[in-house]
Amino acid sequence: MASNEYVVRTKGLVKEFHMGDETLRALNGVDLDIKRGEYLSIMGPSGSGKSTLFNAIGGLDKPDAGSVFINDVDMAQLDAKELAYLRCHTIGYIFQTFNLLTAMTALENVTLPTVFAGAPTEEGIERGMEMLNKVGLGHRLHHRPGQLSGGQQQRVAISRALVNTPAIVLADEPTGNLDLKTGEEIIALLRELNKMEGVTIITATHDYKMVDVSDRVVWIRDGKIAKIEERADIKISVGGMEDASGVASHSE
Amino acid sequence: MSGETVKNAPPSQITLPFSKAWAISMRSIKIRLGRSLITASGIMLGIAFYSSVRTTGLFPSTDVGPEALAAAHRQSWLAIMALLVCFVGITNSMLMSVTERFKEIGTMKCLGALDKFIVTLFFIEAALMGFIASAAGWLLGWLIICILHLFSSGLSAFGGAFWLSSLIQMLECVAIGAGITLIAAIPPAYNAAKMPPAMALRSEI
Repeated sequence: MASNEYVVRTKGLVKEFHMGDETLRALNGVDLDIKRGEYLSIMGPSGSGKSTLFNAIGGLDKPDAGSVFINDVDMAQLDAKELAYLRCHTIGYIFQTFNLLTAMTALENVTLPTVFAGAPTEEGIERGMEMLNKVGLGHRLHHRPGQLSGGQQQRVAISRALVNTPAIVLADEPTGNLDLKTGEEIIALLRELNKMEGVTIITATHDYKMVDVSDRVVWIRDGKIAKIEERADIKISVGGMEDASGVASHSE
Repeated sequence: MSGETVKNAPPSQITLPFSKAWAISMRSIKIRLGRSLITASGIMLGIAFYSSVRTTGLFPSTDVGPEALAAAHRQSWLAIMALLVCFVGITNSMLMSVTERFKEIGTMKCLGALDKFIVTLFFIEAALMGFIASAAGWLLGWLIICILHLFSSGLSAFGGAFWLSSLIQMLECVAIGAGITLIAAIPPAYNAAKMPPAMALRSEI
């Protein structure tokens, strides 16, 4: 179960995108506290701001206003080297489009973060193989992404995200490009890793299958948090969640 | 479980050993071998023409007088134009190459790569291609002119100073070719490295 220390805190996050004469407020003041070790899902329809929030938390894009604190350190205060260190050691990233390096094999992809971390080659390879075995790809070490299925590629991406034992794993629509069954396997894998390794997992998704494994669910809409719910408070009726508008409704 | 605070970590721990950078760059060239060869051919041909003009200058000229001088100037002008065309072509190739790999660059930054790692990787690729293509280009231009003079004038012009001058010109051609390639490759790579990862990853290419 999640401890009560907060690994990520955001305060008043604002992000605007300027397109010609128009300005789009993707994030309109988001305050969110994420507990260490929890599995948190940020759910919302397309355009709700969940990917923008994901980018802000992960240090992939600077917000226009507000702050993000990771382990009580303000991300805006970090210089390029410290930010790189954060991305290498503290945060692991998983994307909808897997984002594996196509020129490298699965093992090389997974060991790349260990190279940046300064680990010796043998140690890196050992950790890489261990991670790939954990996700069930021990027999596909030397295949390139082009030779792997979508589900396998995402497993490689998950191994890569975890190889430096980060405190946080950020997943942006991890099941977006996967079929139903594979998506369920990936979600189960993430939950298992969350329980076994104690790593905090934050997913931005509109896949309702994610709700079942989450400790908490944050519903985001139009750049603002609409609702935060504990998993225990969400009732899922058989056959899938009933939802008309993109914000959860539960059967009362 | 790791939960150490970021500020305590020595930033210098993020590294990219040269051997690894070399291996990654070599792999990138190999994977895109067709494209690399086309770009390299561009460099090679441009340098070959330049080399042929310079090599021609090594042989005693049978023409004399102001017409000969004008002809020599025309040749130099042509050579410089060839280099400029070459440069424009390489710049286009390099821009495309970097733009195609925005996602890759963004991904690497997510794994902890520093901006200078990205620039280093592209630098190695460009330098490798530039040096090899320029050397090949020099050889091509030099050989053609030598063979032509061999047929027309025999072995007389291949005296002692010829070989030393040829060597110096080879170094000149390689320096120019590699220089052009690096000047074309580094600015796009630098700009791509500086992009926020979210923007690089949004790339649709």
